[in-house]
Amino acid sequence: MQRKRRFEGVVMITQERCKGCTVCVEFCPVHVLSMSDAFNQKGYHFPELKDPEKCSGCDLCGMYCPDFAIYAFKREMKEAS
Amino acid sequence: MNSNDSTECTLPLNPVVPFLRTERMPHIWCPGCGIGTTVNCFARAVMDCGIPLDELAIVSGIGCTGRVAGYLKLDSFHTTHGRAIPFATGLKLSNPKLHVVVYSGDGDLAGIGGNHFIHAARRNLDLTVILVNNFTYAMTGGQATPTAPKESIETTAPYGVFEEPFNLPHLAASSGAVYVARWTAYHVVQTKKAILEALQKKGFSFVEILAPCPTIYLRRNRLGGAVEELKYYKEHCVIQNGADTKDVGIDLRHQDKVTIGKFLDIEKKEYYDAYQEHYAGLLKGGKQAVAGA
Ligand code: SF4
Ligand code: SF4
Ligand code: SF4
Repeated sequence: MQRKRRFEGVVMITQERCKGCTVCVEFCPVHVLSMSDAFNQKGYHFPELKDPEKCSGCDLCGMYCPDFAIYAFKREMKEAS
Repeated sequence: MNSNDSTECTLPLNPVVPFLRTERMPHIWCPGCGIGTTVNCFARAVMDCGIPLDELAIVSGIGCTGRVAGYLKLDSFHTTHGRAIPFATGLKLSNPKLHVVVYSGDGDLAGIGGNHFIHAARRNLDLTVILVNNFTYAMTGGQATPTAPKESIETTAPYGVFEEPFNLPHLAASSGAVYVARWTAYHVVQTKKAILEALQKKGFSFVEILAPCPTIYLRRNRLGGAVEELKYYKEHCVIQNGADTKDVGIDLRHQDKVTIGKFLDIEKKEYYDAYQEHYAGLLKGGKQAVAGA
């Protein structure tokens, strides 16, 4: 049985600010993120969403990111499925 | 749903952004440097504590952590090496309404400015001291700080440090601080809470945050990068609130556990109040004494 989730997490990534340290990828409790193969202008890989549905919007990635390049928030789920 | 680099203005901003001088971004801190993480915690704590921003001032010394003052969009003051606390003392006494935060590194606050630290704690001056401990003077190239673990390689200790590392929570507590906590850049939620409590606490409050310095300390000691260091904190830190500070000394990688937590939270007369009381008694007629006058 699956409990219905009322909130979804939304992750915002400012690719150009990222320095590719991978801390957000490593410490996301539900492994939403992975590093992209692409580079930003400064030549760093940045994170992308591997599994966006799993995100709880806990904003731990936002608290860890030393470069203020990622954060997340909770948003009420729209009724639809 | 999820999007990268969205420009929709109805979405909430990154909570740290209102506190940043974004025109100065990207900052100079290296990839994975723990200092930025502590700034995230600080910004969220300031948001929750409800102190009006024009009553909040931040003072830093020199060093990588000393850069924090330059990046925060608050009344901020980047002072000389080791002297953040003396500047903060003047600021606080000339305008007691201000909440003054001292934000600096282990080398700056515990090494070069160690004496100021002791006396501000002894006086129980109402300051919030945030010390980011990365075990080295990073900005000047990696000299050994008083917290450097034994056998670590630093530029001033090419054959390894042999001195006893400083137990900073014990230093603060035994000098007279009223709030003492230690957390790490891995324990972001607790760090934020500790900073919040320290901001609200009247008197000398001290928060030590262990943080990775991948470029200097970790690289020179071949300890991996930021992720490895944060994992080390995750695996080796033991939370022991109320622990006796004399038992919480750390010598990283020579002990099984690193004690972290909130060690002290007591009430004691604050310096400015004591000052008022003392001089109000002396200057008969009960006129308010003006500190610094
Ligand atoms: S908000 Fe939480 S769950 Fe979502 S990506 Fe960030 S750390 Fe992972
Ligand atoms: S924590 Fe920040 S800087 Fe590091 S990879 Fe993630 S988004 Fe980039
Ligand atoms: S030298 Fe170390 S402390 Fe300084 S910015 Fe780089 S990683 Fe951070």
